[in-house]
Amino acid sequence: MTVIRAAIGELVGMFIDDGALALAAAILIGLVAVGVKSAGLPPLAGALVLLAGCLLILIESAHRAARKRRG
Amino acid sequence: MSNIPTISSTITASFLASLVEVVEAFTIILAVGLTRGWRPAFAGTILALVVLAAIVIVLGPLLGLVPVEWLRLAIGTLLILFGLRWLRKAILRAAGFIPLHDEEAAFASETSLLKQQAADRRADYLAGLAAFKAVLLEGIEVVFIVIAVGAGRGLIVYAGLGALAACALVVVVGLFVHRPLSRVPENTLKFIVGLMLSSFGIFWMGEGLGAEWPGQDWSLVGIFAVFAITALALVRVLRGYSAPSARVASS
Repeated sequence: MTVIRAAIGELVGMFIDDGALALAAAILIGLVAVGVKSAGLPPLAGALVLLAGCLLILIESAHRAARKRRG
Repeated sequence: MSNIPTISSTITASFLASLVEVVEAFTIILAVGLTRGWRPAFAGTILALVVLAAIVIVLGPLLGLVPVEWLRLAIGTLLILFGLRWLRKAILRAAGFIPLHDEEAAFASETSLLKQQAADRRADYLAGLAAFKAVLLEGIEVVFIVIAVGAGRGLIVYAGLGALAACALVVVVGLFVHRPLSRVPENTLKFIVGLMLSSFGIFWMGEGLGAEWPGQDWSLVGIFAVFAITALALVRVLRGYSAPSARVASS
């Protein structure tokens, strides 16, 4: 049981380290997907929004972590 | 249709990402082997490999049932989450805000624990269990990496070859060196892998959404370059934030 729990924990931990980063990325992906599939956003524009959004999320997350560790 | 940039980047990403995971598993197997003996080390390793093979055999065919577009969206999402997570940590390590992963320390810690358990009548079982857990947990990550970088384009065989090459390299080097592979530039590898997996994720999400990337597969190089420039700039900026006393060794 401990091994199974550890394996599940490892699986989840592979994708989620900073909860805010994971949530923001998931929301961004969802919004872009809805925009492209339902709101007529051109697919390439959606992909570029996704790229820019992920970069911003990465920058924000790293800055936040650095500020927290700096104290 | 996949071409040279896609195939080579698939093999490279799978190889580098798997290399990091296999080195970590090797450290534990080595600790078990040198402290408790090679029988529990190999027993735990082989059992874990059997379990991993069973997982792949059972889950593998299920991937073929998923429509390609949905598969790319799902794998793209997981790759973005996985890639950003690795990249974020690699950036923070390079900037000095997180200590580098130390294989020597991990080896010493595991060895110490095994020595404490030596008096336990289940010592061999516990040692084998340690090897089993290490191989299983790191192996799950390798399986995901192979599926994630290979499934979206029918390149699982190439991704698998990359992972196998990483395993073979670690085994061969480990047999000669017989100590933790602490000289592997782990954070550099994680940095590169984070860049690659994030780029793959964006690329396949885009394809899953129906985007026609300019230059097709060559746009992967462009996405990688954008991520790399941003990440390196971020490391530079963050290094300026940390106080000298707060700095830890950075690669």
